[in-house]
Amino acid sequence: MQTENHADWDIEIIPQNKWSDIDLTAVWKYRDLVMLMVRRDFVSVYRQTVLGPIWFFIQPLITTLTFTIIFGEIAHIGTDGMPSFLFYLTGITLWSYFSECLTKTSNTFVANANVFGKVYFPRLVVPISVLISNLIRLGIQMMLFLVVWFFYLAHTTVVHPHYELMWLFPFLIIMMAGLGFGFGMLVSSLTTKYRDLTFLLSFGVQLMMYASPIVYPLSSVPSKYKIFIQLNPVSSVIETFKNLFLGGGNLEWIYLLYSFMFMVVLVFLAIVIFTRVEKSFMDTV
Amino acid sequence: MSRTVIKVENLGKQYRLGQVGSRTLSNDLSSWWHRVRGNEDPNLKLGEVNDRTKKGESNLVWVLKNINFEVVQGEVMGIIGKNGAGKSTLLKILSKVTSPTLGSVKIKGRIASLLEVGTGFHPDLSGRENVFLNGAILGMSKQEIRNKFDEIVEFSGVDRYIDTPVKRYSSGMYVRLAFGVAAHLEPEILIVDEVLAVGDAEFQKKCLGKMKDVSEQGRTVLFVSHNIDAINSLCSRTICLKQGEIEFIGTTNEAVNKYLANDTVSLNINDFRIKSLKHLGKQVKIISIEKLSEDGFFVFGRPLRYRIKVVSTEHQNDLRVLFGIYSTRETIVALSYPELSFELRAGVVKTIEFSVNSNSNLTPDSYLTSIGIIQGNLLGKYQNMDIIMSYSAFDLLPPGGEDLNSNMMNWRKVWGNIALEGAITKIE
Repeated sequence: MQTENHADWDIEIIPQNKWSDIDLTAVWKYRDLVMLMVRRDFVSVYRQTVLGPIWFFIQPLITTLTFTIIFGEIAHIGTDGMPSFLFYLTGITLWSYFSECLTKTSNTFVANANVFGKVYFPRLVVPISVLISNLIRLGIQMMLFLVVWFFYLAHTTVVHPHYELMWLFPFLIIMMAGLGFGFGMLVSSLTTKYRDLTFLLSFGVQLMMYASPIVYPLSSVPSKYKIFIQLNPVSSVIETFKNLFLGGGNLEWIYLLYSFMFMVVLVFLAIVIFTRVEKSFMDTV
Repeated sequence: MSRTVIKVENLGKQYRLGQVGSRTLSNDLSSWWHRVRGNEDPNLKLGEVNDRTKKGESNLVWVLKNINFEVVQGEVMGIIGKNGAGKSTLLKILSKVTSPTLGSVKIKGRIASLLEVGTGFHPDLSGRENVFLNGAILGMSKQEIRNKFDEIVEFSGVDRYIDTPVKRYSSGMYVRLAFGVAAHLEPEILIVDEVLAVGDAEFQKKCLGKMKDVSEQGRTVLFVSHNIDAINSLCSRTICLKQGEIEFIGTTNEAVNKYLANDTVSLNINDFRIKSLKHLGKQVKIISIEKLSEDGFFVFGRPLRYRIKVVSTEHQNDLRVLFGIYSTRETIVALSYPELSFELRAGVVKTIEFSVNSNSNLTPDSYLTSIGIIQGNLLGKYQNMDIIMSYSAFDLLPPGGEDLNSNMMNWRKVWGNIALEGAITKIE
């Protein structure tokens, strides 16, 4: 065989990981796969259920009802003067998007080991499809939220939405998506080798919920603890969301900016680590 | 000369054996620390040749080492080797499922692998939905799949069930649909691993045909198999892997010969087949099997001769050897039962040589064997003491030269594994 000069190899497989390995264009090439996976997630969950997509509504409704009774009626935790049902529903709707993104992406490697072990496609496709299918879920749950919200808007006088700030809403969703995705990918990358994190995750998410202003308004937090709640990057997103729709809560730009920066760094870090792990995880999983 | 489409240079892959536990963190940290200071990673120095039969010093092994080869466009390259020789690891690196520890692979063109068909099939989705999902996982766009959809369904013959969830499929239908998707992938380089082990005979033929088509269209195929027949009929060149290193690379004929030649095995290992028969090998144990043949082959018309070493933990008598011959599809063809019995004294290794003479009826082909020790009489009351399956497989070659029997070469393809002697007793 002649020693030809092949400068133009299509694929080069080498052991070292480089920064340039992060290949988002590859994910774009596989966009059909992303959409098919979203569809799979959606369809397969509700096959053979009687109520089908109605489950999307039942879950937040029952959680909200439980919170209303336990935290509102029994524990008498304040809600900044908001109707407690609406107050809890607001927090739960946004929080469940975050927590679903986190928990579903966090087992990306372990749950897909079977497929990943046999075929190569950009592994990022999986967590991205999780983000999108949860976004659709959020969309459906937002409809529920809006119905309840309209009801209180029309029948009470305590709800004072900040319509002029509504442009922030998409950013809030992006931040929640980014945070859930980032944390989830970090966990999923690290659990391939160190399974300890799976134990931490389930109650970690629960603890994080209590460290976010969901069942209580930030204003009711004693000042010596307040800073810890505000360091939680999820807090300012939820506070702002409540501020936009309910009028209660505080919009503190500095913390919103902090959360945004936190999210950007987290996502970047997560993608870097994820890309490193995806090359060798079959040997360690 | 055709252009090179795959170039593998100095490829190596290291695995850690045993449990991944707390030590991994300390190893990781020491690797990292040495890298940071620009020293050689101490963990890369460790590791030894991957011989699963010997207990190693270190728990790091090289499952692939110093792999160098090139594949040119349109070539069908076979890869053979015993279990654990590194075949699948090599394919996994080529298909980017896992990354190498050392070396590099350069590839030209779109590559697709059929490491196992049906990857990513979701049981609750219908056949149609799975075709799309699976196609996309394998790298096809939605449009490509839509164009080929009818062809895929026709190829797999599940038209009637296409809108039924695949969990209701028979396993045969499942595999056919999955292979249908994979077969219509049309990459420039196709990697195939043992898919032919599934499906019925008719479907296997279809698959082999499809692979032939692919290679005739000028596309490159890498094919891993234990099926020497398939390798022989499909591949022009073949790599023979042994313990993670290339033992031979060249024409398929030579590679297959090399593969079948070195066949003396020591058996102090825990093969899964032996393990599944737990009570066996406890008191009496076959510790080595050697084929008595200069070049590793047996020739049609001459006896098959073996030497085995046997040891026992306690005194045993009335022992006999059983020698079973299986086709490569693992169905039994014949059994030989030398009637002479022997005894073993505790802890004393006995060497036994036996030969099987009836092979004038066994037709040239590749065969698997089972060698067993029983206590008692096979036709009366007996107990299995030890059985070694599938070691020391052999190839029975047709007689060379201008022997009258040289048409025996073609026997197996059509007429089966036993040539029965017959005679006409009357013509009127």
